[in-house]
Amino acid sequence: MNYNPFSLAGKMVFVTGASSGIGRQTAIECSKLGAKVIITARNEERLQETYNNLQGDGHSMVLADLTTSEGLDNIVSVVSELDGIVLCAGRAMTSPFQFNTREKYDDVFNVNFFSPVELLRLLVKKKKIAKGGSVVFVSSVGGVLGFTLGNSIYGASKAAINSTMKFCARELAPKKIRVNSVNPGMVNTPLIKGGTISAEQHQADMERYPLKRYGEPEDIAHGIVYLLSDASSWVTGHSLVIDGGITI
Amino acid sequence: MELKEFIENFVALFDETDASEIQANTAFKELDEWSSLIALGVIAMADEEYDVTLKGDDIRNSNTVEDLFNLIKSKK
Ligand SMILES: NC(=O)c1ccc[n+]([C@@H]2O[C@H](COP(=O)([O-])OP(=O)(O)OC[C@H]3O[C@@H](n4cnc5c(N)ncnc54)[C@H](OP(=O)(O)O)[C@@H]3O)[C@@H](O)[C@H]2O)c1
Repeated sequence: MNYNPFSLAGKMVFVTGASSGIGRQTAIECSKLGAKVIITARNEERLQETYNNLQGDGHSMVLADLTTSEGLDNIVSVVSELDGIVLCAGRAMTSPFQFNTREKYDDVFNVNFFSPVELLRLLVKKKKIAKGGSVVFVSSVGGVLGFTLGNSIYGASKAAINSTMKFCARELAPKKIRVNSVNPGMVNTPLIKGGTISAEQHQADMERYPLKRYGEPEDIAHGIVYLLSDASSWVTGHSLVIDGGITI
Repeated sequence: MELKEFIENFVALFDETDASEIQANTAFKELDEWSSLIALGVIAMADEEYDVTLKGDDIRNSNTVEDLFNLIKSKK
């Protein structure tokens, strides 16, 4: 039986932040479901590792710093006819409000907000997205549904992404391009490790999740696959919360 | 880097605790006002004032204010 409404066979999917965590797993899952994948990030060694794990052939990789115009131009010049775009590159920041200087906001917004938005703008303007294409922003529950102490810069960047996602969903609908987001709770990736939150605090935090664990990159990748596939043909402007129930 | 100045920066993270309650040998996690948000404030203060990156575990492994001071000094 070959019936699979979530198949990505014949689709060209572009994934940012593909050298690690959620982006890496998303690229791998997309390849397993038949997509040809174009992956990007800054770190060559880690991006190559993702590339080596892609199934099937016809994939490619582009090294780029998404916070630079050269990086964005480079990407835009090599891609075409994209059926799926996953804007996953991002960074975390934990800092209490009174320490949140403009510089910190800029550091986070440059990666989490301005880079995916500018990249999408260029892809739309240069007509690099195929009819019926699907764009997925990797947002967060943070700043959208959850307001963890010390998370205000990161949260604001994700709230701005969610707002932009909805505007784009309306404005790109005439081009038959769908725009959605996934909004994960805490996921086991390098992003949450070894930082301001200790392993012990993470363990206690996990207990607050109704499903008693943090997410794995696959949990998020599968949601992204749904939004890329034709199974979600009538879904646009939606935020798919994948969070083990933490925001209930 | 001066201990006296560090203690002043540390005290500034608190609102309810009198400065006299915070000395070099104070076990800061036992202060009533101590919280996870103030812990994040310590990390942000170390970054802003001393350009030192502390981790959550560094706070967990320190007991007194002077422990924190010595740790930051050693990382400078
Ligand atoms: N993990 C979580 O708990 C969680 C929860 C909710 C939402 N999210 C979101 O999920 C997304 C992926 O996070 P993750 O957990 O998978 O993090 P991760 O493992 O740290 O991966 C982050 C990715 O972003 C790329 N990146 C960062 N800055 C970049 C830049 N300037 N130019 C190009 N690429 C850049 C990194 O690649 P290079 O370093 O190689 O450039 C890496 O591939 C982020 O948007 C994050 O906010 C994560």
